[in-house]
Amino acid sequence: MSDTTNAVDRTARPGTDDLDLTVPPAPDEPGTLETALRSARAAGRKLLVPYVTGGLGDDWPDVVRAIADAGADAIEIGIPFSDPVMDGPVIQAASEKALEAGATPHGILDELARVDAGVPLAVMTYYNIAFRTGLQRFAENVASSGVAAAILPDLPLEEVGPWARNADAAGVETVLLAAPTAPDERLPRVCARARGFVYAVGLLGVTGERDALASSSLVIARRLKAITDKPVLVGVGVSSAAQAVEVCAEADGVVIGSALVRRLLDGEGPAGAAAFIGSVRSALDGS
Amino acid sequence: MAEPTSAGRFGEFGGRFVPETLMPACLGLEAAFREAWADPAYRTALHDLLRDYAGRPSPLTECHRLSEELGVRVLLKREDLNHTGSHKINNVLGQALLAERMGKTRLVAETGAGQHGVATATAAALLGMECMVYMGEVDMGRQALNVFRMRLLGAEVVPALSGSRTLKDAVNEAMRDWVATVETTHYCLGSVMGPHPYPWMVREFHRVIGTEAREQCAALLDGEVPDVVTACVGGGSNAIGIFSGFADTRAELVGVEPAGGAAVTRGVPGVVHGMRSYLMQDEDGQVLEAQSISAGLDYPGVGPEHSHLASIGRARYETVTDAEVIDAFQLLSRTEGIIPALEPAHALAWVSRARAELAGRTVLLNLSGRGDKDVAQMMDILS
Repeated sequence: MSDTTNAVDRTARPGTDDLDLTVPPAPDEPGTLETALRSARAAGRKLLVPYVTGGLGDDWPDVVRAIADAGADAIEIGIPFSDPVMDGPVIQAASEKALEAGATPHGILDELARVDAGVPLAVMTYYNIAFRTGLQRFAENVASSGVAAAILPDLPLEEVGPWARNADAAGVETVLLAAPTAPDERLPRVCARARGFVYAVGLLGVTGERDALASSSLVIARRLKAITDKPVLVGVGVSSAAQAVEVCAEADGVVIGSALVRRLLDGEGPAGAAAFIGSVRSALDGS
Repeated sequence: MAEPTSAGRFGEFGGRFVPETLMPACLGLEAAFREAWADPAYRTALHDLLRDYAGRPSPLTECHRLSEELGVRVLLKREDLNHTGSHKINNVLGQALLAERMGKTRLVAETGAGQHGVATATAAALLGMECMVYMGEVDMGRQALNVFRMRLLGAEVVPALSGSRTLKDAVNEAMRDWVATVETTHYCLGSVMGPHPYPWMVREFHRVIGTEAREQCAALLDGEVPDVVTACVGGGSNAIGIFSGFADTRAELVGVEPAGGAAVTRGVPGVVHGMRSYLMQDEDGQVLEAQSISAGLDYPGVGPEHSHLASIGRARYETVTDAEVIDAFQLLSRTEGIIPALEPAHALAWVSRARAELAGRTVLLNLSGRGDKDVAQMMDILS
């Protein structure tokens, strides 16, 4: 870049509907995702929510359908962001690859509108993707794509108000993360505002596979189960069927991301993804 | 300049857009900073370190030959003469003392040109703390000397291999480290950016630049303030430091961004690295890669208070090209015997270009760092 003019199109700014930080109470009625998860839990099932990076490979919608058929209770679709600070090397690599292949938020949502997986879907992305589009427009796009929920890991309780207001209005459930670092007084506030499920962060760190389940996973699941009736799913560092079973001694279910996405990066495709998720499903059902 | 709101906002900018895991740490850091900043023992310890270790106050130098050549009276605030060679030490000593007070045993930092990394490694050595510095792989190549300095000081330097492999990616890696180590580690953020309380806290640590310069200018200018106060802006810490001494005066405040990393001049509001601020991004909200000759300014965002100062019109922001910076780097070396870092050479490049507008006026320029680190790079460029 070499020109030195100050010309900038500030008309492109997303507006200032994000400036009122009041956090509205969560609607009383559970949405599609929470209803589905509660009903599966009531049937005695442990909940399995795999994560797939949207736009990773041309066949990613097939992956979504395949893992739904293999026993996922809901599916998280990552909308890749250039600077995913909550993600480890595997999701970072997948995000970068998807972006290089031309993935866009709207392209992914358009695909999801057609995917017909038969289970509720949630998008996981970073706040700037929603912010840049405009909170209301992004929430409405998510809803009109048939996606039930959204997870924005860089939007803590203190900042969630503006997004939550727009998401609630559009009928999109906002899943909130609950971290091991949260003091006891904070967790009930997180649970009260969470919709869909409460995403229990299993360890101190970013997403990625670990050799063993962190003991903090069991602790945070236990702390949350003691204070909320909403489904509690542990994610971050749940890497295998055995670890999923282990953490489900305390939790209602698991989110599995990197272990699945690594297989996709290795080229295992829909069949490999289905085989892996199927094996986790069997292990959870047998536990 | 005032405190941000309790939600960490300067006007519409700022905030705390961090993973839930880090939120208690941000709240805890704010409380610890407030408590320390109000504690005379902490303030005395910091003041003594700044004087006896960093060499403050830094002088104000009037540039006679440069002024004559430009037709503009130029005064330099000599942050280049601080220990470790830049203004970064002001912030780092403050944060390291605070980290020690909070019982943290390890510092992590991001660095662009390496000046903040060197300062952090220095403070860690001084206080006997562990130190890990994340640096873009591209920057490790062009600032090899600073990589060696950090290692000599006992720090571990880890390359950031993602994205543009520059400062933005180093911040991502430092935040990822902090998410995993928050119980023992303090993230020693190097600019007036990131989540609240960093933009405010780092400003307070650099306020000393503006406070000293205000007094020094008053002595030199018969109680007057300079007409213009200027500084380079990447994240914007040295600029905020010197602006803070003059925001309540008639002085015009001018921040100078690299043309390839001009968040204020060309960005639109966005959210990354914990803050809502002007950001270079595409229409989908993906952050663009900055491109600048200066590793220290090679950043697509900017501290939120700069976005605020720009939006209310209290400060104005200009851009300069790499070519103009190369000229300014040589100009100051040749006329004053001062080799500037490439970062403050941006501010000088603007003064030089705007000399007609500035004719006969007095300009205070924050010379935020010295150019030793850039000599090898410039040798390649100029040969």
